[in-house]
Amino acid sequence: MKMKNTTKYALGILLTVAMFVLAVVVNPNAAFGGTDDLVRSIIQRINPGYSSWFAPIWEPKPEIATLLFAVQAAIGAFVIGYFVGYMRAKSKAQKEKD
Amino acid sequence: MHISEGFLPLFWCIFWYILAIPFVIWGARNVSKIYRERPEQKLTLAVAGAFIFVLSSLKLPSVTGSTSHPTGTGLAAILYGPATTALLSTIVLVFQALLLAHGGITTLGADVFSMGIVGPAVGYFAFKLLRSLRVRIGVQVFAVAVLSDLMTYVVTSLQLALAYPATGGVQESFIIFLGVFLVTQIPLAIAEGILFTIFFDYLSKSRPKLIAQQFGD
Repeated sequence: MKMKNTTKYALGILLTVAMFVLAVVVNPNAAFGGTDDLVRSIIQRINPGYSSWFAPIWEPKPEIATLLFAVQAAIGAFVIGYFVGYMRAKSKAQKEKD
Repeated sequence: MHISEGFLPLFWCIFWYILAIPFVIWGARNVSKIYRERPEQKLTLAVAGAFIFVLSSLKLPSVTGSTSHPTGTGLAAILYGPATTALLSTIVLVFQALLLAHGGITTLGADVFSMGIVGPAVGYFAFKLLRSLRVRIGVQVFAVAVLSDLMTYVVTSLQLALAYPATGGVQESFIIFLGVFLVTQIPLAIAEGILFTIFFDYLSKSRPKLIAQQFGD
Protein backbone atom coordinates (compact mmCIF):
# COMPACT_ATOMS: atom_id res chain seq x y z
CA MET A 1 0.00 0.00 0.00
CA LYS A 2 1.36 3.37 -0.93
CA MET A 3 0.36 6.23 1.29
CA LYS A 4 0.36 9.81 0.21
CA ASN A 5 3.18 11.94 1.60
CA THR A 6 0.88 14.19 3.55
CA THR A 7 -0.78 11.18 5.17
CA LYS A 8 2.60 9.82 6.21
CA TYR A 9 3.67 13.19 7.59
CA ALA A 10 0.41 13.59 9.50
CA LEU A 11 0.72 10.10 11.00
CA GLY A 12 4.29 10.78 12.10
CA ILE A 13 3.37 14.07 13.76
CA LEU A 14 0.36 12.46 15.41
CA LEU A 15 2.59 9.71 16.79
CA THR A 16 5.00 12.20 18.37
CA VAL A 17 2.15 14.21 19.88
CA ALA A 18 0.70 10.96 21.28
CA MET A 19 4.06 10.25 22.96
CA PHE A 20 3.97 13.60 24.76
CA VAL A 21 0.34 13.18 25.77
CA LEU A 22 1.18 9.74 27.15
CA ALA A 23 4.12 11.20 29.10
CA VAL A 24 1.77 13.69 30.77
CA VAL A 25 -1.04 11.19 31.35
CA VAL A 26 1.08 8.52 33.06
CA ASN A 27 2.63 11.09 35.41
CA PRO A 28 -0.35 12.99 36.84
CA ASN A 29 1.62 14.27 39.84
CA ALA A 30 5.02 14.89 38.27
CA ALA A 31 6.47 18.38 38.36
CA PHE A 32 8.08 17.99 34.91
CA GLY A 33 11.19 19.80 36.04
CA GLY A 34 14.00 20.12 33.55
CA THR A 35 16.77 17.52 33.73
CA ASP A 36 19.31 20.36 33.61
CA ASP A 37 17.93 21.67 36.92
CA LEU A 38 17.66 18.19 38.43
CA VAL A 39 21.38 17.70 37.88
CA ARG A 40 22.26 20.69 40.05
CA SER A 41 20.85 18.96 43.12
CA ILE A 42 22.65 15.72 42.24
CA ILE A 43 25.95 17.58 41.97
CA GLN A 44 25.39 18.94 45.45
CA ARG A 45 24.53 15.48 46.75
CA ILE A 46 27.66 13.86 45.30
CA ASN A 47 29.79 16.81 46.22
CA PRO A 48 28.35 18.43 49.33
CA GLY A 49 29.63 21.91 49.82
CA TYR A 50 30.05 22.63 46.12
CA SER A 51 28.57 25.93 45.28
CA SER A 52 28.40 27.61 41.94
CA TRP A 53 31.44 29.85 41.50
CA PHE A 54 29.99 31.98 38.76
CA ALA A 55 26.48 33.40 38.65
CA PRO A 56 24.70 34.14 35.39
CA ILE A 57 25.40 37.71 34.31
CA TRP A 58 21.70 38.21 33.84
CA GLU A 59 18.83 35.92 34.70
CA PRO A 60 15.34 36.53 33.33
CA LYS A 61 12.28 36.15 35.55
CA PRO A 62 10.31 32.97 34.69
CA GLU A 63 7.71 34.79 32.58
CA ILE A 64 10.38 36.63 30.62
CA ALA A 65 12.30 33.37 30.16
CA THR A 66 9.16 31.84 28.65
CA LEU A 67 8.95 34.79 26.28
CA LEU A 68 12.58 34.43 25.23
CA PHE A 69 12.24 30.68 24.67
CA ALA A 70 9.28 31.47 22.44
CA VAL A 71 11.39 34.05 20.60
CA GLN A 72 14.06 31.41 20.00
CA ALA A 73 11.49 28.99 18.58
CA ALA A 74 9.91 31.79 16.53
CA ILE A 75 13.20 32.74 14.89
CA GLY A 76 13.74 29.14 13.81
CA ALA A 77 10.14 28.63 12.74
CA PHE A 78 10.23 31.87 10.72
CA VAL A 79 13.24 30.70 8.71
CA ILE A 80 11.71 27.26 8.09
CA GLY A 81 8.37 28.81 7.15
CA TYR A 82 10.12 31.20 4.78
CA PHE A 83 11.86 28.27 3.13
CA VAL A 84 8.69 26.19 2.78
CA GLY A 85 6.79 29.14 1.29
CA TYR A 86 9.66 29.99 -1.01
CA MET A 87 9.87 26.45 -2.38
CA ARG A 88 6.11 26.22 -2.81
CA ALA A 89 5.89 29.46 -4.77
CA LYS A 90 8.92 28.51 -6.83
CA SER A 91 7.52 25.15 -7.93
CA LYS A 92 4.16 26.78 -8.65
CA ALA A 93 5.78 29.43 -10.83
CA GLN A 94 7.71 26.71 -12.59
CA LYS A 95 4.52 24.79 -13.37
CA GLU A 96 2.77 27.88 -14.73
CA LYS A 97 5.70 28.59 -17.00
CA ASP A 98 5.65 25.10 -18.51
CA MET B 1 22.39 18.92 28.45
CA HIS B 2 23.04 22.51 29.46
CA ILE B 3 25.40 22.50 32.40
CA SER B 4 24.33 25.40 34.59
CA GLU B 5 26.50 28.50 34.87
CA GLY B 6 29.24 28.00 37.47
CA PHE B 7 28.51 24.31 37.87
CA LEU B 8 31.74 23.05 36.36
CA PRO B 9 35.02 23.60 38.22
CA LEU B 10 37.30 26.13 36.49
CA PHE B 11 39.72 23.44 35.28
CA TRP B 12 36.99 21.64 33.35
CA CYS B 13 35.58 24.88 31.94
CA ILE B 14 38.95 25.65 30.39
CA PHE B 15 39.51 22.03 29.34
CA TRP B 16 36.28 21.86 27.30
CA TYR B 17 36.80 25.33 25.85
CA ILE B 18 40.20 24.27 24.53
CA LEU B 19 38.72 21.16 22.91
CA ALA B 20 35.72 22.99 21.44
CA ILE B 21 37.31 26.15 20.03
CA PRO B 22 39.19 24.55 17.08
CA PHE B 23 35.97 22.92 15.82
CA VAL B 24 34.05 26.19 16.03
CA ILE B 25 36.78 28.00 14.08
CA TRP B 26 36.81 25.18 11.52
CA GLY B 27 33.02 25.54 11.29
CA ALA B 28 33.28 29.31 10.77
CA ARG B 29 35.71 28.73 7.91
CA ASN B 30 33.31 26.16 6.40
CA VAL B 31 30.45 28.63 6.54
CA SER B 32 32.42 31.44 4.93
CA LYS B 33 33.49 28.98 2.23
CA ILE B 34 29.87 28.04 1.57
CA TYR B 35 28.97 31.74 1.28
CA ARG B 36 31.80 32.34 -1.21
CA GLU B 37 31.70 29.21 -3.31
CA ARG B 38 28.20 27.79 -3.06
CA PRO B 39 25.81 30.69 -2.40
CA GLU B 40 22.90 28.50 -3.58
CA GLN B 41 23.38 26.53 -0.33
CA LYS B 42 22.82 29.59 1.89
CA LEU B 43 19.10 29.10 2.36
CA THR B 44 19.45 25.41 3.18
CA LEU B 45 22.23 26.24 5.64
CA ALA B 46 19.93 28.75 7.33
CA VAL B 47 17.23 26.07 7.52
CA ALA B 48 19.68 23.65 9.14
CA GLY B 49 20.49 26.31 11.75
CA ALA B 50 16.80 27.12 12.20
CA PHE B 51 16.07 23.46 12.86
CA ILE B 52 18.50 23.59 15.81
CA PHE B 53 16.90 26.84 17.02
CA VAL B 54 13.40 25.36 17.05
CA LEU B 55 14.12 21.90 18.42
CA SER B 56 16.51 23.02 21.17
CA SER B 57 13.94 25.55 22.41
CA LEU B 58 11.30 22.90 23.02
CA LYS B 59 11.24 21.52 26.54
CA LEU B 60 9.31 18.32 26.01
CA PRO B 61 7.72 16.06 28.61
CA SER B 62 9.11 12.55 28.92
CA VAL B 63 7.54 9.46 30.49
CA THR B 64 9.97 9.87 33.41
CA GLY B 65 8.03 12.93 34.60
CA SER B 66 10.83 15.32 33.68
CA THR B 67 11.30 17.56 30.70
CA SER B 68 14.26 17.86 28.41
CA HIS B 69 14.90 19.16 24.94
CA PRO B 70 15.95 17.62 21.65
CA THR B 71 19.06 19.00 19.94
CA GLY B 72 18.05 19.29 16.27
CA THR B 73 21.63 18.93 15.09
CA GLY B 74 21.10 15.98 12.73
CA LEU B 75 20.23 18.01 9.64
CA ALA B 76 23.26 20.30 9.85
CA ALA B 77 25.48 17.30 10.60
CA ILE B 78 24.61 15.30 7.50
CA LEU B 79 24.41 18.28 5.12
CA TYR B 80 27.37 20.34 6.29
CA GLY B 81 29.39 18.15 8.65
CA PRO B 82 30.06 18.26 12.39
CA ALA B 83 32.33 21.35 12.34
CA THR B 84 29.68 23.57 10.72
CA THR B 85 27.17 22.12 13.18
CA ALA B 86 29.51 23.14 16.01
CA LEU B 87 29.33 26.75 14.84
CA LEU B 88 25.53 26.71 14.46
CA SER B 89 25.11 25.11 17.90
CA THR B 90 27.41 27.71 19.44
CA ILE B 91 25.11 30.48 18.18
CA VAL B 92 22.12 28.80 19.83
CA LEU B 93 24.00 28.06 23.06
CA VAL B 94 25.27 31.64 23.37
CA PHE B 95 21.71 32.92 22.85
CA GLN B 96 20.47 30.62 25.62
CA ALA B 97 23.37 31.34 27.99
CA LEU B 98 23.10 35.13 27.74
CA LEU B 99 19.36 35.69 27.38
CA LEU B 100 17.84 32.71 29.16
CA ALA B 101 20.45 31.89 31.83
CA HIS B 102 20.12 28.39 30.38
CA GLY B 103 23.58 26.87 30.33
CA GLY B 104 26.28 29.45 30.85
CA ILE B 105 29.33 31.26 29.58
CA THR B 106 31.69 29.31 31.86
CA THR B 107 30.15 25.99 30.75
CA LEU B 108 29.79 27.00 27.08
CA GLY B 109 32.85 25.02 26.00
CA ALA B 110 31.45 21.84 27.56
CA ASP B 111 27.99 22.40 26.09
CA VAL B 112 29.35 23.12 22.61
CA PHE B 113 31.49 19.99 22.88
CA SER B 114 28.53 17.72 23.70
CA MET B 115 25.73 19.23 21.59
CA GLY B 116 27.74 20.79 18.77
CA ILE B 117 30.63 18.38 18.29
CA VAL B 118 30.37 14.83 19.62
CA GLY B 119 26.62 14.37 19.06
CA PRO B 120 26.69 15.57 15.44
CA ALA B 121 30.00 13.76 14.76
CA VAL B 122 28.53 10.44 15.89
CA GLY B 123 25.45 11.15 13.76
CA TYR B 124 27.64 12.06 10.79
CA PHE B 125 29.75 8.91 10.94
CA ALA B 126 26.69 6.72 11.52
CA PHE B 127 25.20 8.33 8.41
CA LYS B 128 28.30 7.54 6.36
CA LEU B 129 28.26 3.95 7.60
CA LEU B 130 24.55 3.36 6.96
CA ARG B 131 24.89 4.97 3.55
CA SER B 132 27.66 2.61 2.56
CA LEU B 133 25.46 -0.27 3.73
CA ARG B 134 22.70 1.08 1.46
CA VAL B 135 20.12 1.16 4.22
CA ARG B 136 16.88 3.01 3.34
CA ILE B 137 17.27 6.78 3.49
CA GLY B 138 14.44 7.08 6.01
CA VAL B 139 16.25 4.71 8.38
CA GLN B 140 19.52 6.59 7.85
CA VAL B 141 18.17 9.99 8.84
CA PHE B 142 16.12 8.58 11.72
CA ALA B 143 19.28 6.97 13.14
CA VAL B 144 21.26 10.18 12.68
CA ALA B 145 18.76 12.27 14.64
CA VAL B 146 18.36 9.73 17.45
CA LEU B 147 22.11 9.17 17.82
CA SER B 148 23.09 12.86 17.68
CA ASP B 149 20.51 13.58 20.33
CA LEU B 150 21.36 10.71 22.68
CA MET B 151 25.13 11.01 22.34
CA THR B 152 24.92 14.67 23.33
CA TYR B 153 23.45 13.61 26.66
CA VAL B 154 25.93 10.76 27.10
CA VAL B 155 28.75 13.28 26.74
CA THR B 156 27.13 15.70 29.20
CA SER B 157 26.85 12.84 31.70
CA LEU B 158 30.52 12.02 31.18
CA GLN B 159 31.53 15.66 31.59
CA LEU B 160 29.66 15.87 34.88
CA ALA B 161 31.03 12.51 36.06
CA LEU B 162 34.61 13.60 35.35
CA ALA B 163 34.08 16.81 37.31
CA TYR B 164 32.17 15.14 40.14
CA PRO B 165 33.35 11.60 40.83
CA ALA B 166 31.18 9.87 43.45
CA THR B 167 32.70 7.80 46.26
CA GLY B 168 32.78 4.85 43.83
CA GLY B 169 34.66 6.92 41.26
CA VAL B 170 33.89 8.49 37.90
CA GLN B 171 32.11 5.36 36.70
CA GLU B 172 29.58 5.45 39.52
CA SER B 173 28.72 9.07 38.97
CA PHE B 174 28.61 8.57 35.19
CA ILE B 175 25.85 6.02 35.77
CA ILE B 176 24.03 8.39 38.14
CA PHE B 177 24.06 11.22 35.58
CA LEU B 178 23.15 8.89 32.71
CA GLY B 179 20.19 7.75 34.82
CA VAL B 180 18.91 11.31 34.94
CA PHE B 181 19.62 12.32 31.36
CA LEU B 182 19.49 9.27 29.16
CA VAL B 183 16.28 7.66 30.38
CA THR B 184 14.37 10.92 30.03
CA GLN B 185 15.96 11.52 26.65
CA ILE B 186 15.15 8.21 24.94
CA PRO B 187 11.49 8.98 24.09
CA LEU B 188 12.43 12.54 23.13
CA ALA B 189 15.17 11.31 20.82
CA ILE B 190 12.69 8.98 19.13
CA ALA B 191 10.30 11.91 18.70
CA GLU B 192 13.12 13.98 17.25
CA GLY B 193 13.95 11.10 14.90
CA ILE B 194 10.38 10.97 13.59
CA LEU B 195 10.13 14.74 13.10
CA PHE B 196 13.51 14.86 11.40
CA THR B 197 12.67 11.97 9.07
CA ILE B 198 9.54 13.83 7.98
CA PHE B 199 11.37 17.11 7.51
CA PHE B 200 14.21 15.50 5.62
CA ASP B 201 11.79 13.68 3.33
CA TYR B 202 10.14 17.00 2.53
CA LEU B 203 13.50 18.69 2.05
CA SER B 204 14.88 16.06 -0.29
CA LYS B 205 11.73 16.28 -2.43
CA SER B 206 11.75 20.05 -2.63
CA ARG B 207 15.48 20.57 -3.15
CA PRO B 208 16.81 17.28 -4.51
CA LYS B 209 19.72 18.87 -6.36
CA LEU B 210 21.10 20.75 -3.38
CA ILE B 211 20.91 17.68 -1.17
CA ALA B 212 22.62 15.52 -3.80
CA GLN B 213 25.33 18.16 -4.16
CA GLN B 214 26.04 18.01 -0.42
CA PHE B 215 26.11 14.21 -0.36
CA GLY B 216 28.50 14.11 -3.28
CA ASP B 217 26.12 12.07 -5.44
